[in-house]
Amino acid sequence: MNTTWRVLLPILLALLAGAVVLIFLGKDPLAYYGYVMERGIFSWGGLQETITRMAPLLLIAAGLIVAFRAGVWNLGGDGQYLLAAVVTAALAPALVEVMPRALTLVICMVIAFVVAAIWSLLPAFLRARYGINEIVTSLMMSFLGISLANVLVKLFFWDPTTTVPQTRTLAIADRLPRIFGSNIHIGILLALVVIILVHLLMTRTAFGLKLQIVGASPKAARHAGLKVGALTVVTFALSAGLIGLAAAVEILGVWGNVRADWNPAYGMLVVPLVFLARLNGLAVIGFTFFFSSLMIGGESAARRIGVPQDFVLLLMGLVLAFLALVEYLDHRRRQRLGA
Amino acid sequence: MLTQPFLVALLFGAVTAGVPLLLAGMGEQISEKAGVLNIGIEGMMLLGAYCGFVAAYYSGSFALGFLAGGLGGMAVASLVALLCVRLGLNQIVIGIALTLGAEGLTALLHHFQFSRTYPRLDEAPVLALPLLADLPILGPALFAHNPLVYVSVALVAFLGWAFRHTYAGLNLEAAGVKPAALDAAGISVVGTRIGAVLATGFLAGVGGAYLANVGAGLFVPFMTHGAGFIGIVLAMLARGKPLWVLIGAALFGLSLALTTALQVAGINIPTDIVQMLPFALIMLVLVVFARHSVLPAALGLPYERGER
Amino acid sequence: MGHTDGPPQSVRPAGADSAPVLPSPVLSVRTLTKRFPGVVANDGISLDFHAGETHVLLGENGAGKSTLIGMLAGMLRPDAGEILVQGSPVRILTPRQSLDLGIGTVFQHMLLVPSLSVIENLMLGGPWWQRLARGAAYRRFAELSECLGISLDPDLPVGHLSLGQQQQVEILRALWRDTRVLILDEPTSMLTPQGVRDLSAVLCRLCSQGVAIVLVTHKLAEAYDLGDRVSVLRQGRLVGGIAADEHRGMTEAQMTDQVIAMMFDPAHAPMADERAILLGRGNVHAPSVRRGAAPCLEVRNISTMPRTAAHGLQGVSFDLRPGEVLGIAGVDGNGQKQLAEVIAGQRAPSSGTVLVGGKDVTQGDVAARRNAGIRYVTDDRLGEGTVGSLSVAINLLLKNVGAEPFWHRGIADWARIRQAARDDIQRHDIRTRSEQTLLAKLSGGNIQKVLLARELGKAEGDVKVIVFSKPTHGLDLHNAQLAHRRIRESAAAGRGIVLLSTDLDELLTLSDRIGVLFQGRLVGIVDNGPGAGAAIGRLMTGAVAA
Ligand SMILES: Nc1ncnc2c1ncn2[C@@H]1O[C@H](COP(=O)(O)OP(=O)(O)OP(=O)(O)O)[C@@H](O)[C@H]1O
Ligand SMILES: [Mg+2]
Repeated sequence: MNTTWRVLLPILLALLAGAVVLIFLGKDPLAYYGYVMERGIFSWGGLQETITRMAPLLLIAAGLIVAFRAGVWNLGGDGQYLLAAVVTAALAPALVEVMPRALTLVICMVIAFVVAAIWSLLPAFLRARYGINEIVTSLMMSFLGISLANVLVKLFFWDPTTTVPQTRTLAIADRLPRIFGSNIHIGILLALVVIILVHLLMTRTAFGLKLQIVGASPKAARHAGLKVGALTVVTFALSAGLIGLAAAVEILGVWGNVRADWNPAYGMLVVPLVFLARLNGLAVIGFTFFFSSLMIGGESAARRIGVPQDFVLLLMGLVLAFLALVEYLDHRRRQRLGA
Repeated sequence: MLTQPFLVALLFGAVTAGVPLLLAGMGEQISEKAGVLNIGIEGMMLLGAYCGFVAAYYSGSFALGFLAGGLGGMAVASLVALLCVRLGLNQIVIGIALTLGAEGLTALLHHFQFSRTYPRLDEAPVLALPLLADLPILGPALFAHNPLVYVSVALVAFLGWAFRHTYAGLNLEAAGVKPAALDAAGISVVGTRIGAVLATGFLAGVGGAYLANVGAGLFVPFMTHGAGFIGIVLAMLARGKPLWVLIGAALFGLSLALTTALQVAGINIPTDIVQMLPFALIMLVLVVFARHSVLPAALGLPYERGER
Repeated sequence: MGHTDGPPQSVRPAGADSAPVLPSPVLSVRTLTKRFPGVVANDGISLDFHAGETHVLLGENGAGKSTLIGMLAGMLRPDAGEILVQGSPVRILTPRQSLDLGIGTVFQHMLLVPSLSVIENLMLGGPWWQRLARGAAYRRFAELSECLGISLDPDLPVGHLSLGQQQQVEILRALWRDTRVLILDEPTSMLTPQGVRDLSAVLCRLCSQGVAIVLVTHKLAEAYDLGDRVSVLRQGRLVGGIAADEHRGMTEAQMTDQVIAMMFDPAHAPMADERAILLGRGNVHAPSVRRGAAPCLEVRNISTMPRTAAHGLQGVSFDLRPGEVLGIAGVDGNGQKQLAEVIAGQRAPSSGTVLVGGKDVTQGDVAARRNAGIRYVTDDRLGEGTVGSLSVAINLLLKNVGAEPFWHRGIADWARIRQAARDDIQRHDIRTRSEQTLLAKLSGGNIQKVLLARELGKAEGDVKVIVFSKPTHGLDLHNAQLAHRRIRESAAAGRGIVLLSTDLDELLTLSDRIGVLFQGRLVGIVDNGPGAGAAIGRLMTGAVAA
């Protein structure tokens, strides 16, 4: 089976299963899918939105690939993302009043990176020093981070001119520049560069190989003289930092502010994507485009056709399950042939 | 502020909030012992909540509701069993995918069924334990609950016993620490793990049903709100001891109840701060008393006979 | 039977056995075949196993011994051929079926649950819905222990036992049910001489009770002492054997010659004069110690914290001169691992110092020690020595990641890395499909070769001291010989060698001096020579050197 089919087949199967659900709910699946495609990919406005949405997803994917390749299960992405987002949203409108826009944008991104990285230090330290499983600790730090982000908005950064708690808003003119008069901001370029760099880092460099060794067997890494603790901490910080950068790009490019209780939960959504891409930085670009168009198309379909946005979640779950299944069957088939 | 009614409401709420966490935590503990990291437990609770609510709503029976919830949880668990245990796919990824899928499915079904009416169940039946229920404060707070509460607590004791004194307990331990040894002893590792995952699904589903039917009296999309993940945290911290899951669930239940109780009492600090308390406490404990963690050696790794 | 290097011959076709006293075999295999991607691990193997006999399987690394055993134990499914139990064909698809047929197996790599107690490990396998039958288990344990002459605490977690004791638990487990056939895959490779003697006694007793024993080993002396008959595998085929009556009439030397002729390709057959060395007969050690030179390694008063099972070191001191081989003997678990790890920098001592070439390196970590000229060949080849999920090529460079010329400023030169790996594979005769094969797919002995190739192969850097921990564990004769030759060459090149081994013959063959570790103390250092073996034997029981 060639690669195209390995990707297309599960998507078709998932769409089929989704169609059954739609019929069961009394909706016309063809109309729904047609609308999603049209809004997500084939209309200029929709395509722009899709590409814009890809920016944070790709950066998160980059962060997760670094971590997962090193065997570090950073599941705390949501907390890292939100904290970085709130800090960015609080800083940007203030900074832009005292310094040039370009400088503001860069400084905000750096600070977002640092804030998210700091939030990952505790799980990293506990894993490096005591071998405490980072899944649990990073999840807990995520819950803490989400709550802390809300507290920050409500108690410290609440824009007094608004009634619902939210930060001050960065003026549209001060946000990330757009590409050639489109609505797409340059965050996508940054994201593409970062994901390619991460891909090269993991496949071509000694650092990437060291991370892989640590991920595959910390004992062997220690025996080989690698500084396992330090590598774990660096991995965690880099992973979280990239997720923080994703948040900064999304705030500086799209939203301009953060409202209390806002949580897009991208951190979890991207986990399956990077796996389907087999932790390959280039393959993840394709998956992200598909997923992003589904989100954007689904959002407008929810308004127009009355199928709630949640259907996209179901569809994603199905695609992932089918993809996993097809990959597995293919793997088995090749094993049999090889024997 | 520490009036009698306040304390009763607080403790009563703690039990109500803690039971789903207890069930999820115990369920996750069974899976983890057997070497399966069941990240999909959030999805199991959610589908359990939905199925449990629908069954209880149409049949009027809470017992049927719990049963349906358990079966709903098992439905998601059977996918984990197939994809992760049988086919050996990555447990974390499948778990997250199933959680996403369950969120989407239940929200969708709810949208088409109940989003106009938002029906509610009647008050859940209560079994007041004789004598104990008459104690001041503690009586109404702890000993006048839905029967499922007592069953759950009894289950803690039962599991603690079964882990140490049955062949099933040995099998779970071996499947998690050295699956090849279990296989060589003539017990199917896959079978043992599937059994464990299905048991997890049932417990998590019942927990979800309790959350919907007793805790809230209705189903709301995404209503588990990370309860499954808290279950995972509890199971990992409990190091294979059900009693520690109970203690942890009580702690988390209390903090959740405190959030509502403070709001009711009109005290104006953001609920977020109270919600942070148990997590902050656990992180603090981990940092201060950090010991090397003990998790089953084969946790998260699929097993295939003769593979090397 | 005059065995030559001619075409493989069938040893004893069923029914055509010359010994009329033997009943029909309890277990037979007929044209059993098993393929893995790229290799035929077992190619039409036919064998008979008789009650009351010990049948020794010999063969070089990767010959297919463990694969054959895996099929008998229900861990692997044959691609073709059949298995017969008392003459009738059976299908063994799961370990359960194998156990039910009365086949008990001790696998090459330990299969015990470390977190469970001895008795719990033995009870594993009962119906899950039942309460543990502890009473019955303790009775069976007492019965078996007495019958085998084993004394163990049944309530101790298996993880706290020494390797030798774990081996005993494995044997108890294999005999737990009514076992007619006991299979042991290299059970002696980790045992001390005393452990081997204990095991032999157990096996003899079982044989006399009518159990059929299948024993895999690389040590020909064991094959001679313990075996009633011998079969030899090479590259998946049965290439010959020695029948029971024949075996009785042979001297050890005769058998050795025959077996070696069958076991190895002519191209690989060891030199005749080196066979004696291999078998530990006579000491042809040629010392290369540079007496006048300053010590290349000084260990001063090293102590470590005791870990659960093993002893911590207590005040261990010694000097090592360039070109010297210092053997360290002792029963496993008396501090060998700690000593090796302290020298390699993997474990911080609680007190004491380590000097390399006169420089204090006590504070240095593994990388710093490596730079200072220390190399360490670990005995835990699967756990820390290699990464099973990475390729052979990467494993060969595991300790050089990022180093020139394979990486330039941190960027990998994959073509060069793979070429170097192909060279190593060639030079060290590592049997693998390619350098890209995942390491875990190699047979046990070939993994050991990867380890040796990594530490000895490249002469990069200024190597002063090499620590070997059980360097020939799991290696076949030929490869053990190669490894010994390399160790001698390293010493001759002026490196100091610390050789930790539980194999006394190996120590006597290679060392200039032999120290004995007992309960974490270095109780004495003996100059190698006549009588050294006896002196070491005394020290190993705790008697302090005069
Ligand atoms: N699961 C597997 N997958 C792929 N190849 C395998 C597998 N198991 C064994 N092999 C290959 O089959 C051959 C025989 O291996 P086996 O383990 O039976 O050798 P052995 O005789 O026991 O060697 P040793 O003395 O080194 O233990 C080797 O080439 C090995 O690489
Ligand atoms: Mg073998």
